[in-house]
Amino acid sequence: MAVITYIEAISKGLWEEMERDSSVFLLGEDIGEYGGAFKVTKGFFDHFGSDRVVDTVLAESAILGAATGAALVGMKPIAEMQFADFVTCGFNQLVNNSASIHYRWNLPVPMVVRLPSGAGIHGGPFHSRNPEAWFFHQPGLKLVAPSTPYDAKGLIKAAIRDPNPVLYFEHKRLYRHVKGEVPDNDYVVEIGKGDVKRQGNDITVVAYGSTVHLALEAAEILERQDGVSVEVVDLRSLMPLDKELIISSVKKTGKVLITHEDTVTGGIGGEIAALIAEFAFESLDAPIKRVGAIDIPTPFAPTLEEYFLPNKEKVLAALRELAAY
Amino acid sequence: MYAHHPDAVTDHLSDDKLLQLYYFMRLTREFEESIITLYRQGKIVGGAFSGNGNEATAVGSAFCLNKEDYLFPMHRDLGAHLVKGQTVRNLMLQHLGRGNSPARGRDGTGHYADASLRIYGNISHLAAMIPVATGVALASKLRKEKSVVMTYIGDGGSNVGDFHESLAMCSVMKLPLVLIVENNQFAYSTPIAKQFIVERISDRALGYGIPGFTIDGTDIDEVYAVCKQAVERARRGDGPTLIESVTMRMHGHSVNDGAEYVPKKLLDDWKKKDPLLKIEKQLVDRKILSQSIKSDYERKISAEIQEAIQVAIESPYPPAENAVTGVFAD
Repeated sequence: MAVITYIEAISKGLWEEMERDSSVFLLGEDIGEYGGAFKVTKGFFDHFGSDRVVDTVLAESAILGAATGAALVGMKPIAEMQFADFVTCGFNQLVNNSASIHYRWNLPVPMVVRLPSGAGIHGGPFHSRNPEAWFFHQPGLKLVAPSTPYDAKGLIKAAIRDPNPVLYFEHKRLYRHVKGEVPDNDYVVEIGKGDVKRQGNDITVVAYGSTVHLALEAAEILERQDGVSVEVVDLRSLMPLDKELIISSVKKTGKVLITHEDTVTGGIGGEIAALIAEFAFESLDAPIKRVGAIDIPTPFAPTLEEYFLPNKEKVLAALRELAAY
Repeated sequence: MYAHHPDAVTDHLSDDKLLQLYYFMRLTREFEESIITLYRQGKIVGGAFSGNGNEATAVGSAFCLNKEDYLFPMHRDLGAHLVKGQTVRNLMLQHLGRGNSPARGRDGTGHYADASLRIYGNISHLAAMIPVATGVALASKLRKEKSVVMTYIGDGGSNVGDFHESLAMCSVMKLPLVLIVENNQFAYSTPIAKQFIVERISDRALGYGIPGFTIDGTDIDEVYAVCKQAVERARRGDGPTLIESVTMRMHGHSVNDGAEYVPKKLLDDWKKKDPLLKIEKQLVDRKILSQSIKSDYERKISAEIQEAIQVAIESPYPPAENAVTGVFAD
């Protein structure tokens, strides 16, 4: 099994699915001859040609609408948003067309939207967004957010094979910072299934994307320094949520921290907290805690951005509060 | 005759085709009138729209399409649905929101899809279907099919970003799209003078380097001839065409709108250009519409609509518990 980066895992998954199924094609800005802003599709144009790797005009609504239309007639488009931030320009297509077509018309819309998300790369207010919560509220869209290379490859393949619109949130800071073992063979990570990334008994952390790594680091420190055992649940899929996994872990530990890189208010963590309050209330030994970005637009200067984002220290502090409760 | 008219239309439609077009235009008019009546009787729960004045555009344009072509109609294009093969009964069921309608009561009016007929309805966000139609045109090109996609928008909707983004994409990629702007003088209550200052909406085609034509949308010969050219151009792989069809919205935006803001003289002038009267006159002049054919059509149309109303009224709404199924495909 090869050790590869998160970004390589995404590329591999895309490549394998394009080899496997000729109805899969890519469309987006600068993805073809240039290979994409982050080089996820480097080499694809030469190998698959311009009919499979389609460079488009700079028009997000047309890209997302076109993906919807191509999916409607049996193709499997994968639309790339150059940065997840720019999905706002095509918001209407996703929430009103892509999301509602199967419900209204009983026709599948097998499309994937790739969304390079997240802060921590000094991208400022318009290249750092984690926009998943906007879409979480819209019935009809599936949402996935891998944290490891293994999950990145397995989820992109599952997303492509899914007959529904799937928004694939890939974290830019994880692209080249995270490496892991990824099988060369074909496998999928089932959409809707979370994963326990670390077993523990005293506190549950529910996380996805970049904060899974913060939680794992904090859990190691807590185990070593405080003797507290932390379980880390990686959601992997945000819609559908793996409610069973969340609830069973919280029932076991009795204490829970929810952490995501998106801003706290109106974030997905709020819904998870509500589920826990509804279905595991009697197991709780402490108030549910949340750690996310603070409720401001993403600032640019390193001091401001660092202050804004969740980090290992903030997660650790919250865990210690829970441990002491 | 307008500035961007392609060529003078000299090859007139055959007798047979003209009669067929007349039938569909008449059916459209009668169907929509029955919808308005049903609305006033409280039998239609949502809104209702009329394409009165637009029949020649809706019918004549869709008449240029083959079975393999795709149609993305708007709410003034009921005639286009009928020409593409949709039944009066299904359209009636749609308007009444019944469980056995194409959209199974999950959406009304023309907001349904019928993949077997290659009809994909609009959504209420104007122009939002043009990118979707663009995607179907892209699929047609990538799969090397010869299918053409025809879609529509109003004068108001031609200001929405999706209109422009789609033309940008279709023009560069030479996608087989025919985009018809039904300039019916008003976007709800807003007159065209408050919407654009170009002489013609078709001037906007220049900005995308594609052909743009303005046609008399009440003239069936002209609609058919120009749309046919655009469809053939798309089928050859030469890319999209923008057609501005100048018509008049003879009724309000919807049945709830009395349209008091429309000057009476404007309506009176357009009444003289009623597309249905115009085609009838053509048929009479060419001595192909006898009183017996006309009565025969009227009887047939009336019977079809009455049967559809009866079936629709007797059909139940979908069971409430059905609401939760099918958010996702399995």
